[in-house]
Amino acid sequence: MKIPRQKMPERDNLERSANFLEVNLGYSEELAKLEALRCIQCPRPTCIAGCPVNVKIKDFIALVAEGYYLDAAAKIKEDNMLPAICGRVCPQEEQCEVKCIIGKKNEPVAIGRLERFVADYEREYNGAKTPLLKPKSGKKVAVIGSGPAGLSCAGDLIQMGHDVTVFEALHELGGVLIYGIPEFRLPKDIVKFEVESLRKMGVEFQTNAVIGFTDTVDELLQNGYDAVFIAVGAGLPYFLKIPGENLNGVYSANEFLTRVNLMKAYKFPDFDTPVFNCKDKNVAVFGGGNTAMDAVRTSKRLGAKNAYIIYRRSDVEMPARKEEIHHAKDEGIEFIFLANPVEFIGDNAGWLTGVILQKMELGESDSSGRRKPVPIIESEYELNIDMAVIAVGNGSNPIIQKTTPDLQYTKWGNIIVDERTMKTSKVGVFAGGDIVSGGATVILAMGAGRKAAAAINNFLTPGDL
Amino acid sequence: MFKIINAEFIAPNIKKFRIEAPKIAKKRKAGQFVIIRTDQNGERVPLTIADSNLDEGSITIIVQGAGKTTRQLNEFETGHFLMDVVGPLGKPSFIEKFGVAVSIGGGVGTAIAYPTAVALKQAGNYTISIIGGRSKEYVILENEMKDVCDEVFVTTDDGSYGYHGFVTDKLKELIEAKRQLDFVLAIGPIPMMKAIAEVTRKLKIKTVVSLNPIMVDGTGMCGGCRATVDNKTVFVCVDGPEFDAHKVDFELLERRNRIYRSDEEKALKNYKCHSEEAL
Repeated sequence: MKIPRQKMPERDNLERSANFLEVNLGYSEELAKLEALRCIQCPRPTCIAGCPVNVKIKDFIALVAEGYYLDAAAKIKEDNMLPAICGRVCPQEEQCEVKCIIGKKNEPVAIGRLERFVADYEREYNGAKTPLLKPKSGKKVAVIGSGPAGLSCAGDLIQMGHDVTVFEALHELGGVLIYGIPEFRLPKDIVKFEVESLRKMGVEFQTNAVIGFTDTVDELLQNGYDAVFIAVGAGLPYFLKIPGENLNGVYSANEFLTRVNLMKAYKFPDFDTPVFNCKDKNVAVFGGGNTAMDAVRTSKRLGAKNAYIIYRRSDVEMPARKEEIHHAKDEGIEFIFLANPVEFIGDNAGWLTGVILQKMELGESDSSGRRKPVPIIESEYELNIDMAVIAVGNGSNPIIQKTTPDLQYTKWGNIIVDERTMKTSKVGVFAGGDIVSGGATVILAMGAGRKAAAAINNFLTPGDL
Repeated sequence: MFKIINAEFIAPNIKKFRIEAPKIAKKRKAGQFVIIRTDQNGERVPLTIADSNLDEGSITIIVQGAGKTTRQLNEFETGHFLMDVVGPLGKPSFIEKFGVAVSIGGGVGTAIAYPTAVALKQAGNYTISIIGGRSKEYVILENEMKDVCDEVFVTTDDGSYGYHGFVTDKLKELIEAKRQLDFVLAIGPIPMMKAIAEVTRKLKIKTVVSLNPIMVDGTGMCGGCRATVDNKTVFVCVDGPEFDAHKVDFELLERRNRIYRSDEEKALKNYKCHSEEAL
């Protein structure tokens, strides 16, 4: 008897493209057990090496197959503090699942869906059971940023017995998990639950704290913090630097998503913050990553008549997760490949009315291994659009660099660290996540947070291994 | 939550708040701003810090009721709490000893010009201020300005108090009287700042304006507040808010400030209906 890979139930295409409810509905117990039985429990599992934090995948799946869901959750949490989040947003298809032996001949075991099931089951039936904490060390650590790197670092440090304060610039906790990733992909209640679990363990949180302005890194060190972990993310939107980019109706993905996700502009006027009225309008999102998918699917939910993804390479090179592309297509998003914007066009009042696109073809492979897009001469044409979202990536926010000049930075403003320990060039200061790596994934940021926590623990209590 | 230590109207529809925020009070420099949120559903609104009091651990902000949030804010009383206050944000004013420095405030812009006038005085400048209002009751901070400036001129559009005319007219008068002016700071409605920039451009008097675009996070993360200065895109929240008046594209600023005009009207209408119901 061969069990096929179990599909995860999804909300109906038409229903979901008009609301912000979560698209994926998660496995039932029956589906989870069936899927878990597909795992052949390899003696030397390769999936674990594919996971950036080496979750004990084989063991947790065995527990799911036997119905010990809470034990399975505990097993995952030995390595991953935020499974409900990672189960939803990790690119498993290029990490653990791509290594799965079953996947060589059939479809791989749905490790991500099982992780999500286990984490959701635990949240529902076990609440936030706090793990045992080590006795207090008397040491204090400041964590700057409450995104995935900061939260995972804080979670480990508090269990190691250190006092932890997390500083967040915005008024809500969670960083990109709150302002960036939309509700329909990661419900904000899940992020809030994880934050509350940390709070119950004793982690302190300070919102409205822009480190650099409110306090500098040096002031934190002078004012009683024994170590600092910088996890401020990639908070500087790139624009295209083409004419017309400041027309009304042109947004960075950060602004568009922050207005909708953090400020709840989709509930305007019950919430005060407005966003461009997409209803019956033509919206173009430039970029091919997950953020671009999030933005274009958001515009569709806000009522866009036509919502386009415009990407300068072809579908093969698109960095977004397959699942997100598939969801976007199901929801009626149109994809325009091999097209590059060269100018935004506006009316006399300064509102965007269109974009000039230049057709591209694929040339030689570039340093990323992807084929480089080359412009086709005299292929320009105009596409009518009312709103544009630029989703071509983020650089590093300069506030920390300007106020902490004695750290070492790359020419792009990323903090340079020892990759093994996340130590910076400054004693007692560690850094990790997107501010070090440049825009990457939630799980990589989490992994960096955990690595830093171990190194900070070692720095604070050197003898105690 | 941030406690309002004192709230009082200082002009029709213009309210002055002292808010408990000891850290911001200690850190803030002239020209910097805070972002506030009134409540759970509130938007993030940037407001320049007009003053601070270290003994009390408070900052002062001065708010003119215009849209929904500022009107709602002006219903907050002494003892009430604001949901969020974050800052100090933005670059401090560029202060040095210029010689004769003129600080010009139009309407509620005087509240923003005031802290910089103080800093200019402290840096050893001979300071002149020109502050204007529609009519007498709209002139704010006259006494405070008199305490720090060597000369203060008050203008009113209707002539009900002080000089009859705009702040620009008074500035022109000083120039015509061959007064030596080395530096001008102008803060107020966009047309006023634009007019001042035109007056000083010909004479090459260094002139600075403080821009007031729509912001969200205020930390350079969203780019919503972008403006064009010297033909380059800047993020006002982190690169400003003060810029060389002769290089600012005021038309763009005005245009981008209109992005949410219809939403703002809708929100205000909604708010008025609700407050009337509550009465």
